[in-house]
Amino acid sequence: MADVLVIVEHQDGVFRKTTLSTITAAKAFANLIRGEVDALVLGSGVAAVADTVMAYGVRKVLLGEGAVFAKYLAVTYASSVAQVVKEKGYGAVFAPASTFGKDFMPRLSGLLDAPLASDIVGMTREGEKVRVQRAIYAGNAIATVELIGSPILFTVRQTAFDAAVPTGATATVEAISVSADPGETAFVSRHETKSDRPELTEARVIVSAGRGIKAQENFKVVEELADLFHAAVGASRAVVDAGWAPNDWQVGQTGKIVAPELYIALGISGAIQHLAGMKDSKVIVAINKDEEAPIFEVADYGLVADLFKAVPEMIAELNHHKKQSL
Amino acid sequence: MKILAAIKPIPNPDEKVKIKPDGTGIILDNIKMVINPFCEIAVEEGLRIKEKLGGEVVILTIGTREDEQQIRTALAMGADRAVLVEAEKGLDALAVAKFMARVVEREKPDLVLLGKQAVDDDNSQVGQILAALLSWPQATFASRVELVAGGKKAQITREVDGGLETIEVSLPAVVTTDLRLNEPRYASLPGIMKAKKKELMVIPGASLGVDAAPKVRILSIAPPKERAAGRKVADVAELVAKLRNESKVL
Repeated sequence: MADVLVIVEHQDGVFRKTTLSTITAAKAFANLIRGEVDALVLGSGVAAVADTVMAYGVRKVLLGEGAVFAKYLAVTYASSVAQVVKEKGYGAVFAPASTFGKDFMPRLSGLLDAPLASDIVGMTREGEKVRVQRAIYAGNAIATVELIGSPILFTVRQTAFDAAVPTGATATVEAISVSADPGETAFVSRHETKSDRPELTEARVIVSAGRGIKAQENFKVVEELADLFHAAVGASRAVVDAGWAPNDWQVGQTGKIVAPELYIALGISGAIQHLAGMKDSKVIVAINKDEEAPIFEVADYGLVADLFKAVPEMIAELNHHKKQSL
Repeated sequence: MKILAAIKPIPNPDEKVKIKPDGTGIILDNIKMVINPFCEIAVEEGLRIKEKLGGEVVILTIGTREDEQQIRTALAMGADRAVLVEAEKGLDALAVAKFMARVVEREKPDLVLLGKQAVDDDNSQVGQILAALLSWPQATFASRVELVAGGKKAQITREVDGGLETIEVSLPAVVTTDLRLNEPRYASLPGIMKAKKKELMVIPGASLGVDAAPKVRILSIAPPKERAAGRKVADVAELVAKLRNESKVL
């Protein structure tokens, strides 16, 4: 039976945990088709990334290094992965449905004329066939999809599969020779949003603000609440469009899909597109002045209140308990 | 500068879809069709580039005659003419991109602009597949497009996890648009009048020699798991108590 290849995501040599849920999905798929899972790391000076991936229960880690991969580009990734898939005969390729996987995987689909299921949230087996589930219409419908042909490609929604854990076994690392031509594409620069907070897709708690926050300087109160939980800070589209928060804070259908243990929505009305990004959170709290706001339909605990009054109260209450429990 | 801007008509994304009881699709009765919001941004960007550098903006849709109204809307925004490839419904992204590639080969644009994703089936694939089929550079999730080197190249800032990234591509290229690229204009009344007379070329898909048999087949659709109905709390003290004692997340 054919084997499965996971494309490892890293940012300039720093392993990204998005890969861990992708490994889990790939293993589940490999079990269904009785194949093995290998991982591919492309980059320059990224042996440490390969060493990290070794621990997560893959058969082997392919390491393709070269100066041409020093900066990620869809054009070099897609053509190199296509090369590896053809040479080694992989039957399926998995990558995270992050902006990394969403960028190069469709290009790979075009190069290989191979079908791609984007952002999968589950998989089932019917007879000899594997079917995957994916969210459509802003998560208001779940489609069951069949991919026809070989190889077949998948990007994986991080929140839908558990992160792989180290298995105790160690895979072997196999250096491979891959080449790529960036052609007419060149990396220019990267502007990283600086933050000491956990990433939105990995945080246990997210405090998120919507239009009700009214101005950028009011984010102080959001940050202060977030500090108490060591939480990530998110935002609705309106807030990002207004320039009050950076683009990569946007939670929603076309931004980040999150599912923390606790999601606190402050002044967020709850448009369909926002709900699509957070309604799989374990516990949802909504604080909003408007008692008709749709966010209350998905909130486990809704508080109709002015956030500028309620949030400082909440901070005081939490601090008070903290002191008592010390 | 010749720009091809692709649009996809979709059910109004601000209405919650209803699923047919037999799971074969969604109920489209009484739902307004609109241009996918990301595609509107692509059209707007095309118009802005044309306003600066001159040239032509051509609208491209892979769809059916039913899509004419949304195509006319894009023309009313200011696009010059449109191409509709008539194809059967239910195409997958590979098939759509293959049809588009045939039109690109005929039209020879300098730039193809598409939305980063259609918010009905949420695939986010067509632009990248098209770029691969054409062997062109791609720049996805664009929040800024700047033409440089006398219009021979473009610098594109992309919205990515962790921040922003800028790449430079030579034209011709495929660019997919993100939300912050621009705010699309509304069609003006004179624009709407003019749009009625603008050229809409209809190409039968069957004449393009594309293998459009779907490789991604949607077998059924179902509603997602519903959340249990939430409830309101009276005040902050009750909220904190519930979080601590009931859901135990504190």
